[in-house]
Amino acid sequence: MKHRDVDVVVIGGGHAGSEAAHAAARMGVRTALVTLKRVGIGVMSCNPAIGGMGKGHLVREIDALDGVMGRVADRAGIQFRLLNRRKGPAVQGPRAQSDRKIYRTAMLAEIDRQENLSIIEGEIVDLTMSGDRVTGVGLADESSITASAVVLTTGTFLRGVVHIGDVAIPGGRMGDKPSIRLAERLDGFNLKMGRLKTGTPPRLDGRTIDWGRLEMQPGDEDPVLFSFLSKGVAAPQVSCGITHTNAKTHDIISKNLDRSAMYGGHIEGVGPRYCPSIEDKIVRYAQKESHQIFLEPEGVDDPTIYPNGISTSLPVDVQETYVRSILGLEQVTILQPGYGIEYDYIDPRALSQDLRLRAVDGLYLAGQINGTTGYEEAAAQGLVAGLNAALAAQDKPPVTFHRSDSYIGVMIDDLTTRGVSEPYRMFTSRAEYRLSLRADNADQRLTPLGIRLGCVGQDRGLAFEQKSANLEAVRKHLTSQTYTHKQLQSAGIFVNNDGTRRTAMEVLAFPNVTFSDLIPLIQKLDEVAPDIQAQLSRDALYANYTERQKKDVEALKRDEAHVIPVSLDFASIDGLSNELKSKLLATKPSTLAQAALIDGMTPAALALILVRLRRDKKRRLA
Amino acid sequence: MDTIFALASAEGKAGVAVIRVSGPLAFDTALQLTGQAVSGRGMTLCTVSGADGAPLDHALTLSFQGPASFTGEDVIEFHLHGSPAIIAAVLERLSSLADTRLADPGEFTRRALENGKLDLAQVEGLADLIDAETEAQRRQAQQVFSGALGELVSRWRNDLIRVAALIEATIDFVEEDVPVDVTPEVSDLLSTVLTELQTQTNAVPMAERIRTGFEIAIVGPPNVGKSTLLNALAGRRAAITSEFAGTTRDIIEVRMDLQGLPVTLLDMAGIRETADAVEEIGIELALERAGRSDLRVFLAEAQDEPGLLIQPGDIVLRPKADQRQDRDRAVSGLTGDGIDDLVRQIGDVLKSRAAQASLATRARHEAAMRAAVRALILAKSVLEDGQDRYDIAAEEVRVAIRSLETIVGRIDAETLLDEIFSSFCLGK
Repeated sequence: MKHRDVDVVVIGGGHAGSEAAHAAARMGVRTALVTLKRVGIGVMSCNPAIGGMGKGHLVREIDALDGVMGRVADRAGIQFRLLNRRKGPAVQGPRAQSDRKIYRTAMLAEIDRQENLSIIEGEIVDLTMSGDRVTGVGLADESSITASAVVLTTGTFLRGVVHIGDVAIPGGRMGDKPSIRLAERLDGFNLKMGRLKTGTPPRLDGRTIDWGRLEMQPGDEDPVLFSFLSKGVAAPQVSCGITHTNAKTHDIISKNLDRSAMYGGHIEGVGPRYCPSIEDKIVRYAQKESHQIFLEPEGVDDPTIYPNGISTSLPVDVQETYVRSILGLEQVTILQPGYGIEYDYIDPRALSQDLRLRAVDGLYLAGQINGTTGYEEAAAQGLVAGLNAALAAQDKPPVTFHRSDSYIGVMIDDLTTRGVSEPYRMFTSRAEYRLSLRADNADQRLTPLGIRLGCVGQDRGLAFEQKSANLEAVRKHLTSQTYTHKQLQSAGIFVNNDGTRRTAMEVLAFPNVTFSDLIPLIQKLDEVAPDIQAQLSRDALYANYTERQKKDVEALKRDEAHVIPVSLDFASIDGLSNELKSKLLATKPSTLAQAALIDGMTPAALALILVRLRRDKKRRLA
Repeated sequence: MDTIFALASAEGKAGVAVIRVSGPLAFDTALQLTGQAVSGRGMTLCTVSGADGAPLDHALTLSFQGPASFTGEDVIEFHLHGSPAIIAAVLERLSSLADTRLADPGEFTRRALENGKLDLAQVEGLADLIDAETEAQRRQAQQVFSGALGELVSRWRNDLIRVAALIEATIDFVEEDVPVDVTPEVSDLLSTVLTELQTQTNAVPMAERIRTGFEIAIVGPPNVGKSTLLNALAGRRAAITSEFAGTTRDIIEVRMDLQGLPVTLLDMAGIRETADAVEEIGIELALERAGRSDLRVFLAEAQDEPGLLIQPGDIVLRPKADQRQDRDRAVSGLTGDGIDDLVRQIGDVLKSRAAQASLATRARHEAAMRAAVRALILAKSVLEDGQDRYDIAAEEVRVAIRSLETIVGRIDAETLLDEIFSSFCLGK
């Protein structure tokens, strides 16, 4: 019987698994990535794109900690678009269409290249335990691996069932084996589980689409990349097509609703509201006469087209009929039918903020198994789980992220305190400190932490320090002197004459003032690099707001410092309304900050909880 | 850390009122209000002035340098004369200072807790104290918010959630089929909420309230002696009285001090069926105004229809005690029979209400509404720049919602997403 010994085992080679394994290995611990098939690493099983609103922020944050998703997406990007380019930098989201094959091979290459990281092909069938502690994993070929920590990233493989119309096939993605035995092992931990569903559209053969009749959407002329280290696009760039459903499409779908897995009653899981199937859209928004479809190429030398907007669980023959009712798709061939998939997730409230299962020492979960959806959400969790598994293996304290420092922190806090009721997706509106947590300053926010932890390589470390030094030097230049209204006017800058003297940085905060307007005012500003100019302009634009948010963050930090012990009996706190008591009992906040986020919470109720905490603490000490 | 302040003594008219200020700028507020610098621990007699320099009161100012204070921070206590008008003016002056705000419920206690200034026995007692404080506030909040204002605030909140959802939908779902320009609906909603908020904050500021006092309406059929009663209470002829029914058509207001409380007595048209159009208008006005008054004194025979809902605390008396054998629960403005009892009764009702209606709570509500107004004005102005600054508009709307939340409780971020998902077909 074969036996290996490592520090961290990562189960699953999807987006969470790849990021987790790479992060653990960067931390310098011996890491094994166990996956069914080596070629399955980095596969994009749903839409061929990375980033978008909120998601783009996550990719930037992963990159700031030297994770892989950003640079791989840059290499595979075949159409880059900065979403909300016109709406203010805090809500701009980088997004890229990816070449599926390049993405997969680039990800595999990153994993192969990483020191301390080995790939093992095999099926994990069991976890080995010593009491409540995971000590390793057992494989289907009866070999075993011992490890200090295990990261489980099994995606939709937990009791996954694929639905195409009334046909149900057990399986994770199309063509993969489900991990039923591992699911049974997890059942033994008595965790609260739930069932979710998601879907994909049929894949089309681009050679059978009449592109000439369709509106085409090209990428941005000046592509904005994900990685702070990337210098330019690598793959050839393409356009996407746009078409729409019509009355005939809707009619076909309505008539066949009873044959849909979703509407025929074959699926019990809860699907995401922001990614409904075409059946869903037609039932719920009956008054809408047409729905937009993006025809996204899956690669530069791949004819497969992903029609974004028509995911479905209708039978194959219906899919064919309705797709062919759409403009430009009249003669289209379906390469792979769309399908719905149902799978188990573990209630993420069973996790602590380092993504470790509270009930099982050494076991970390990341990705869809925690109830999230999306590659970026998965990768971000993978990163956090991988870092913490490595820290645990090194006997170091865990690292946690906060609502005030990152979208990663917002997501993990949401998951571990509120749980999920539908597949969780990142939105910028979930981040209360959105104006401070920008995609452009992810490195300023997180790279120093990465350097301290030891997960940031030398190249990035040096580049970051160089950039920070430049930023500080120019910032000092812009704040060291104040100017009168007259001085500004003679430099061609017109601001209110209210008698106040302003620094150049304050002048830059005016919406009509750009960095280049300052050049006549201050010597040598024309020599400042464009990225430094952009960063400082954004900092200036939001200065008032970041200052205010900083105050909110201070208050939040104080509240986060008040840890609520698991033993606290909320029901016995006098003065709390019954409604709040039951919400507290359901959410079990672990800090006062989390309690403050509960719907209906008041300052007085928080004071009551704090009084109880203080009293209990003094009693223990007495 | 913000500097916070609040009335630390009990509300209502008293010999001395104490306003406590705590935080890094506490000593600075003393300098700003009194013109005298304070340092260390001490006590000075000084004049507290308004923003325009006009004196508000002579006050004893106590300074406690942190950590040797109740909260562990720098603390100033202004010991003022206990008049509601003075208290209101000083609180208003404090809230106009930068980085200084009204304390949240229990916030002084909380800071004392944070800074380890309380021993175990005190902490035990505090839970009860905050409990009581909270209970009173809950009652107060229910009173204020179960009525018309409550409906308003929840409507504002819903409208603002709609505004936020519209803006957020164009931000987070830009790739999808959502309206590109939501500005028209957003501007409409914002203008409506803003106007209503401004009307409310302008109409019900605390100082105004204390100046005008409690309104007491005298209600009843014509010619039962309402005007005579008012004249007797006021001690002068304010309303014209005559034997002819329907003499009083307009509402007559007389301000007076009743057992130390500021009150405005309202004398109005008698309630009856009438063919006279002018009188009918007078009656409608009377009913409407009486309904809004703090207290109603009904003068009517047992068989008379009161014409108006009798609310808790209202006083029902029989008229013209001088003309009856049985003078139980009867009053006469002419002879003064029953007037002393009536005054005592009104005083009891109003005092118990004054005790419940926390000045600080009202001030807090007002402060919250003013903060919301400030944020919405900013939101409106940046929205005029178009989509470019939607991110900032969204932030200001968020601030406004958060301000209203301090009155009625927190709103979950999910509420916003619910609104977005229920409004738009999303998902490409």
